[in-house]
Amino acid sequence: MNAIDNKWIGKRTIRPDGADKVTGRAGYSADHTMPGMIWGKVLRSPHPHAVIRGIDTAKAEALPGVKAVVTAKDIVDFPLDKSVMLGIQDMRWMCRNVMAREKALFHGHPVAAVAAISEEVAEAACKLIEVDYEVLPHVIEIEDAIKPDAPILHDFVRHEGKPSNIATTMVNKLGDVEAGFAQADLIVERSFTTRPVHQGYIEPHACTVSHAPDGRVTIWSSSQGQFMVRAMTSLLTGIPQSNIRAIPAEIGGGFGAKTIIYLEPVAVLLAKKSGRPVKMVMSRDEVFRATGPTSGSMSTVKIGVKNDGTIVAAQGTFYLQAGGLPGSPLRGPVGCSFSPYHIENVLSVGYDVVSNRSKVAAYRAPGAPLGAYATECVIDEIAEKLGMDKLELRLKNTARPGGKTVYGATFGAITFRETVEAIKHHPHYTAPLDKNPRKGVVRGRGVASGFWFNAGGESSAQLNITEDGNVNVTTGHPDVGGSRASIANVTAELLGIDHSRISVLIGDTSSIGFSNLTGGSRVTFASAMVVTQSAEKVIGQLKERAAKIWKIDPEAVIWDNGEARPAGPNAGQFPPLTLKELAAKANEMGGPIGAGVQLNTTGADPGFATHCVDVEVDVDLGIVRVLRYTAAQDVGRALHPDYVEGQIQGGVVQGIGWALSEEYLYNAKGQLDNASFLDYRMPVCSDVPFIEPIMLEIPNPKHPQGVRGVGEAPIVPPLAAIANAIHDALGKRFFSLPMSPPKVLAVIDAG
Amino acid sequence: MTDIRYLAPPTLDEAVRAFAAAQGAARILAGGTDLLVQMRNGMAKPGTIIDIKKIPELSSVTEAADGSFWVGAAVSGAVLAEHPRFGTVWPGVLEAINLIGSTQVQGRASPGGNLCHGSPAADSVPAMVAAGAVLTIAGPNGRRTLPVEAFPAGPGRTNLAAGEILVGFTLPPRPAGSGDAYLRMIPRTEMDIAVVGVGVSLTMAGGVVTAARVGLGAAAPTVLLVADAARALVGSRLDDAALDAAAAACSAACKPIDDKRGTIVYRTKVAAVLLKRAANIAADRAQGKA
Ligand SMILES: Cc1cc2nc3c(=O)[nH]c(=O)nc-3n(C[C@H](O)[C@H](O)[C@H](O)COP(=O)(O)OP(=O)(O)OC[C@H]3O[C@@H](n4cnc5c(N)ncnc54)[C@H](O)[C@@H]3O)c2cc1C
Repeated sequence: MNAIDNKWIGKRTIRPDGADKVTGRAGYSADHTMPGMIWGKVLRSPHPHAVIRGIDTAKAEALPGVKAVVTAKDIVDFPLDKSVMLGIQDMRWMCRNVMAREKALFHGHPVAAVAAISEEVAEAACKLIEVDYEVLPHVIEIEDAIKPDAPILHDFVRHEGKPSNIATTMVNKLGDVEAGFAQADLIVERSFTTRPVHQGYIEPHACTVSHAPDGRVTIWSSSQGQFMVRAMTSLLTGIPQSNIRAIPAEIGGGFGAKTIIYLEPVAVLLAKKSGRPVKMVMSRDEVFRATGPTSGSMSTVKIGVKNDGTIVAAQGTFYLQAGGLPGSPLRGPVGCSFSPYHIENVLSVGYDVVSNRSKVAAYRAPGAPLGAYATECVIDEIAEKLGMDKLELRLKNTARPGGKTVYGATFGAITFRETVEAIKHHPHYTAPLDKNPRKGVVRGRGVASGFWFNAGGESSAQLNITEDGNVNVTTGHPDVGGSRASIANVTAELLGIDHSRISVLIGDTSSIGFSNLTGGSRVTFASAMVVTQSAEKVIGQLKERAAKIWKIDPEAVIWDNGEARPAGPNAGQFPPLTLKELAAKANEMGGPIGAGVQLNTTGADPGFATHCVDVEVDVDLGIVRVLRYTAAQDVGRALHPDYVEGQIQGGVVQGIGWALSEEYLYNAKGQLDNASFLDYRMPVCSDVPFIEPIMLEIPNPKHPQGVRGVGEAPIVPPLAAIANAIHDALGKRFFSLPMSPPKVLAVIDAG
Repeated sequence: MTDIRYLAPPTLDEAVRAFAAAQGAARILAGGTDLLVQMRNGMAKPGTIIDIKKIPELSSVTEAADGSFWVGAAVSGAVLAEHPRFGTVWPGVLEAINLIGSTQVQGRASPGGNLCHGSPAADSVPAMVAAGAVLTIAGPNGRRTLPVEAFPAGPGRTNLAAGEILVGFTLPPRPAGSGDAYLRMIPRTEMDIAVVGVGVSLTMAGGVVTAARVGLGAAAPTVLLVADAARALVGSRLDDAALDAAAAACSAACKPIDDKRGTIVYRTKVAAVLLKRAANIAADRAQGKA
């Protein structure tokens, strides 16, 4: 299967959803409408922190055109004393995030929702809802939230026996760090901060929902998992899963943040109360204010080395912003920060800190980039102090097969070294850099590495042969990054037929078996696995049919190049039977041809990446521009290279934004001050150079095609790589992100 | 719920009458790239919209025999860029207008809308100030003219009287040896709002500056004409001392705020840096080097 003479795998075929997307025909979340449909709007808290003493909806309900009003009392309550988990989400927090219950915890927190005959009436009705707030002091930043006298968000949260905003602590340990540091010749310890950044998907959250009189619910929405939409909606509304059908719309980006829901259960309850289909669409302002960015952080990383560069001990302390409800991605920095390296003694500790911001949601390699930022900057400084080449220092310490990780796993085959070597020998890294190209401008080069766990998990597929001998493949995963294109390539390869004869579909929750989220870099890995097994079953059926027709043993039939052929003693005795011919005889030979496979997939080994970047700093304005970027990554097998490259390039671009320009800005009143793409500065096209991906195709032995997850590792190194490049340019280290012009200029001017 | 009346009068008189008749409930529409955004986010709820793009005087660019230019208030940046002569005579004004937004936005956005929106960060305004543009304004009481720098009254406010419409800009005849330039600082490369913007217009003879005007944006509640900076440049060969003095004058003129787009310290410093850079570009253009 990994042979280079593949006909379809590895080819840049046209993606099945491409024409619809470029011509505007593709149906996204907000595109669905229904007869009799009405509009839902959310009333949001104007206060960052307030007790909700009461909500009077009478005036809103009396407004002509209003059909239903919903508040927290309509949503299923998950009491605070008992955790109910759905995947990694605690429903206690989800129910309070979807609709504020006891308290409003951030500016923008939903407190009620209205459905009315138009958006305008619904909005007007929201204004008529009277909420009795008892405004409380608020706290936004981590350093303030962990002070002893900080306003406490949740009475039930205790840390070291006292009321606190530290909701949970995660400790990962390996060896004995004290003993390790005692052996060190050099120890570097630095503290860093990063700001919350939003995933910045183009498509705002939206849904259309119908609640039929017989109690059956249909949901049209885009998400990173229609089964998650169904399960969460079921839990939050009390409607059994069998009565909910979640139909995945095309998705305009998620990057992790659409692994939870905001609107669907509210819309279902509005639809149930009103008896009308309900549509809800967030504005960009709502997306910024009330949907999850990733955590901001405060971290300290300490690394000890011998004079020869051997790392003997590492310690990381990571405080992450959870937002108003617990749930920071502690596992990211705690588990990933040191994992590219073989280190005998590691102590990695994470704290989940609540404060009056919107609840965080997953964002590509959740938490790993902010951890790698700290670690990889410290490694850079160590290399500088030891006078060692930065890549040599990494090569000296690469994690080993059989090595134990701080997060508990034992490594199998490891491909980190290959990523470092790829950069080391790349013409980018070996090219000389003119550090002073002209007056007022300096340039620098930086490198950094990164690690991500990757994931397997549940996947389902169904592969059916149509009566005319073509193929329909259905999987249960929304296609965020080109997964249909990869599945089409795999199917064409396995069946030996032309790519154009295959149609790849995404099933809804009632038409395909359970499939877990499109996230964790798992979809191509997991769905290629179940599609492969389905295709193998179908090929088995085809061989049986041919055997029946030829009246020979099925074992004596081979499937080759899209047709059944007699083999062994029977070779050449009968003319081959094509897929079309077999399909035409399907019914007389035993019925329709098709097979499905449902699996909890395993074997998704971790991903590694090493990046190299050149930057240019305008020393009078403090502007940093990225001139050249090369990203090496072990991608296993690129089933469709375009979408592997796309993942790498996209991850890097998001990392550039995180490093240089993106941040949430709050005013003194605890309100988000930059809830638009104008002032929340994601990079635009002209801000970034061509990102050169180096795809290292080292097949994952645990996957039929050798696939390894690729979506998350590429966002892990850029923060540190860029910080290290700026240091190379200016001779100054930066310890907080974003490295925005005023900050950079202040450091330059400080001399 | 609210109905909006849309008018597109073919003459200025009709526009002025309709605007006066609406008694404050109407808004003028040029390209709409500010107005429609305000309407969408609920900041503007006009009962009547008066589209001025059908009025020839407001939609034309003409060069008079004396070399002066008329730029109608509603001319889009893209149309101005297509004019065969405007960009050669006023490259700084043109580059300022066409820094606005993206290609799509430039197809609509006008210098009149940019000025009337009243943003201290409006990109075309410092360049117009440096160019010495004079405005023609029409209202219920007839026409008047006003130097462009006297037009802004504060963030989001202008010195247009009730019922008045901006008709257009007159840019003065250009002596030989003249050049202008506009630079802005934005954290991104495009689609951003100026943290500071500086427009410089120079006339030079034998390497010596004989006339100068400097406009400064996003550094005070309104766009400013910085006369001290211009004075520092006139008579010089743009040597370091003159540029330093002009830069210092620009910094001194700054009365910025600390906000999400920039700090006081940063803006004050950047004003000086941009003045020097813009002056050098204007000088190169004045001397035919660029
Ligand atoms: C995506 C995007 C990017 C942008 N980028 C920039 C940028 O980089 N730099 C920048 O400066 N601006 C930018 N803007 C703002 C805007 O595009 C400019 O201010 C533009 O010049 C406005 O011109 P307009 O013709 O579209 O104005 P309109 O929206 O039509 O009008 C603006 C205001 O002026 C009033 N008005 C218009 N014409 C007249 C008149 N003749 N008499 C009286 N009142 C009048 C209108 O009633 C309204 O209040 C951007 C806007 C968008 C949407």
